Amino acid sequence: MQEIVLNARTVAIVGLSASELRASNFVGYYLQRHGYRIIPVNPNEEHVLGEQVYPSLRDVPEHIDVVDVFRDPAAVPEIAREAVEVGAGALWLQFGVISAEGARIARDGRLAVVMDRCLKVEHARLLGRMHWMGFDTGVIAGSRR
Amino acid sequence: MDEVQREFGFHTRAVHAGQRPDPYTGASATPIYQTAGFVFEDTESASAYFNLQEYGNVYSRIMNPTVAAFEERLANLEGGVGAVAFASGLAAQAALFFALLEPGDRIAVAKALYGGSTAQLNHLARKLQITVDWVDMDDAEGWRRAVTAETKALFAETIANPGGNVLDIELAAAVAHEVGAPLVVDNTFATPYLCRPLEWGADLIVHSATKFIVGNGTTIAGAVVDSGTFDWSNGRFPSIAEPSSAYHGLRFHETFGVYGLLMKLRSETLRDFGAVLAPFNAFLLLLGLESLAVRMDRHVANALAVAEWLRAQPGVSAVRHPALADSPYRPLVDRYLPAGAGSVFSFDLESGREGGRRFIEALSLWSHLANVGDTKSLVIHPASTTHRQLSDEELAASGVAPGTVRLSVGLEDVDDLVWDLERGLHAARGSAVVA
Repeated sequence: MQEIVLNARTVAIVGLSASELRASNFVGYYLQRHGYRIIPVNPNEEHVLGEQVYPSLRDVPEHIDVVDVFRDPAAVPEIAREAVEVGAGALWLQFGVISAEGARIARDGRLAVVMDRCLKVEHARLLGRMHWMGFDTGVIAGSRR
Repeated sequence: MDEVQREFGFHTRAVHAGQRPDPYTGASATPIYQTAGFVFEDTESASAYFNLQEYGNVYSRIMNPTVAAFEERLANLEGGVGAVAFASGLAAQAALFFALLEPGDRIAVAKALYGGSTAQLNHLARKLQITVDWVDMDDAEGWRRAVTAETKALFAETIANPGGNVLDIELAAAVAHEVGAPLVVDNTFATPYLCRPLEWGADLIVHSATKFIVGNGTTIAGAVVDSGTFDWSNGRFPSIAEPSSAYHGLRFHETFGVYGLLMKLRSETLRDFGAVLAPFNAFLLLLGLESLAVRMDRHVANALAVAEWLRAQPGVSAVRHPALADSPYRPLVDRYLPAGAGSVFSFDLESGREGGRRFIEALSLWSHLANVGDTKSLVIHPASTTHRQLSDEELAASGVAPGTVRLSVGLEDVDDLVWDLERGLHAARGSAVVA
């Protein structure tokens, strides 16, 4: 999980909402601020967070490191098949997006899989900022870095 | 995919969780960030922090890095996803109930409760138009009889103050979850070293960190710890699941997932109440947690030795320590508190109210004061202090006898503690003869 967060450059966000109040928009905005290139995937939008939106992963014209999913769990197996097809590096399923079948499809397609976790939270855990809000990061160390 | 992470032990986490050496200076101890505000990197960052789009330090009434180190360490030791610290245990409780409850709601609460909490709940009930259903926690059917369709939380202490009643956590959690309400446990007397209620199904922990957590009677502090497992979107908690007017329609549970309640508690309730923990106090609490485990082992051993000695003494009619072999709570202690039942307990003098007064006056090593969980041994006689205005009948109704004495056993040599108590008992018996 740590490697995915640290090595990814391009993150396709499936189900990225244009509404600033939705969790997907929070995460997309946050990832942009921290230097990731985000690619919105949503059949109902044209531009979100200043980026061109694509209707599906198959339409994205560049390599995707992480497919980050904010969709109903029932939609995940199809998204996983598309992620395998386009040669994405990892499938990341956000809080509550739990699909054993989707995870299996992605793993069979040699994608790394993270499920029921928030990409923003895991990034903040590594960066140390999650700690500022009194959350348990699980980091135990007496060394400087 | 996931790298295997080492599961560190309690003692290791008590020393390290929540804090690494300072990245800039290498300072090994947690720096005391004695600052009100934090300078923003740029305007974009400032607005991202205010909108909660990114975790950032804004203002010490909402978050502070020294306080955060304490919050994370306590959450880690309790097995929660995070914590919010407050200026006192009562502030933590008030904030949590304020966040959970709406007018018309009900809360089921154990009758055996710290008097300050009882008074607070009665005040909240009047001011917030909620109803408190008081429960006999010793009755296996008590919780089930008390809950209704309007019950929004169940609340009890792991070890009750001062009666020593022990909560059947799994039973209370099962009843709470049947009605879609969280079980809130005050874990002050047990501390996460002796019991971790979240592991038994409780959803939220409140602490008076003033007691064993800081451990030396120097600091007033409190905290709420969240398991992160309760479903706030079950249709019963609109203030956590539905759009918040304080944040332009943000839905805390949907947006922050397992951290939803804690984000609301920090960015709305703490912000509004202002009952913030000072950075210096958080520093003292961090030092306290470092030695919690070793202190608690000695507190437990000293208290049990004093309790066993006391019940062999003439003039002592009852010793209510839950870990004594013949205590009605012994089966619950074996289950939930295998490493010990803390060091606060009460006993009764046969010589009544006057005997209690003489007992206290004859002590020279024990301190007569209204706190518990100190390194020093503390004693109080409710009938001549906290409950002085009550008649014997009113005392009995609140579960306190005229001769009841509460002890908080510290870390001194047991022989010295017993030496002093013997002088007190002698004085108490003398008064009985005179009377």
